[in-house]
Amino acid sequence: MSDPKNGEDLARQLLDIQRKEPGSVGIEDVSLVVASIMDAARKELAGADKSVLQEILGLSDYIDGTKREIAALRPDEVKSQHLPTAADELDEIVAETADATNRIMDATEAIMGVMGDVDEKSGEIIGDASNKIFEACSFQDITGQRVTKVVKALKEIENKVDSLIEALGDEIATFKDAQPEIAAEQCVSEITDESLLEGPQLSGEAMSQDEIDKLLNG
Amino acid sequence: MRCLVVDDSKVIRMIARNMLQELGFDIVEAENGQEALAVCKQSFPEAILLDWNMPVMDGIEFLRALRALPGGDAPKVVFCTTENDLNNIRTALEAGANEYIMKPFDNEIMQAKLSQVGLL
Repeated sequence: MSDPKNGEDLARQLLDIQRKEPGSVGIEDVSLVVASIMDAARKELAGADKSVLQEILGLSDYIDGTKREIAALRPDEVKSQHLPTAADELDEIVAETADATNRIMDATEAIMGVMGDVDEKSGEIIGDASNKIFEACSFQDITGQRVTKVVKALKEIENKVDSLIEALGDEIATFKDAQPEIAAEQCVSEITDESLLEGPQLSGEAMSQDEIDKLLNG
Repeated sequence: MRCLVVDDSKVIRMIARNMLQELGFDIVEAENGQEALAVCKQSFPEAILLDWNMPVMDGIEFLRALRALPGGDAPKVVFCTTENDLNNIRTALEAGANEYIMKPFDNEIMQAKLSQVGLL
């Protein structure tokens, strides 16, 4: 809150200056006015708004703490490792199911090709069953489209993580330097049969049967 | 009768071809709207089974281009898609689709829809 007394003093000083003859206002008069304004401003800041300042400082600390906590979660790792891996796995699912479906359909067509070589009743059964196989194979198109939607969602998440990394700036580097060692230690002490399993590998990364045979046979 | 099957999925084209051939149609295939438009510019098929989501040119863009061609209102167009939102269906009908089949589809629904547009 402003002090009314200061306001009155300032108003009086300004009035005095206005009443003086033009050209007779001295530097002392101006410095008095400026001093009054500065005094009023100082009192303004030091007084009632102190609590607001405290709250702002508290809020700033809270934001800093939150930033540190988010940085400790290592969003850079999510972007560099987890998201690309998830997208690659999904792409692989689409490619493998498409390949398998094409082979199923080619084989079904081959079966349908011999329908004429069997008796009518058997031909009918083969035809019906083949049609059902064809219809069922449409799952590949639908699952493919669904997976593509998930990949798009992952890309969107990646963009958001990018923004987060940018907002956190140097904060992440602190944890980047500190955490790899901790993670490595954990890996060494926690090796289990289960932790060694990684499931199917991405094509290109996986070892071929030939390579495995070479390894086994020396 | 000739039916143009437009879908970027080889699997769906094979399924549709198999079903439609049994119903007596001669089949022409296209992988996207642009290819389909080229086929139509040569000669219009009686029926078009059309997917929505395709690369290069999608189904709705193709349909609008088809209907804008002289004589392009002749083919019966049956949309065959996973897009089941009411707005999508409305958009497709406004663009000139005659029928709408949801994927996955079977022989029964295919026959029913083709009958409804007078192709069977």
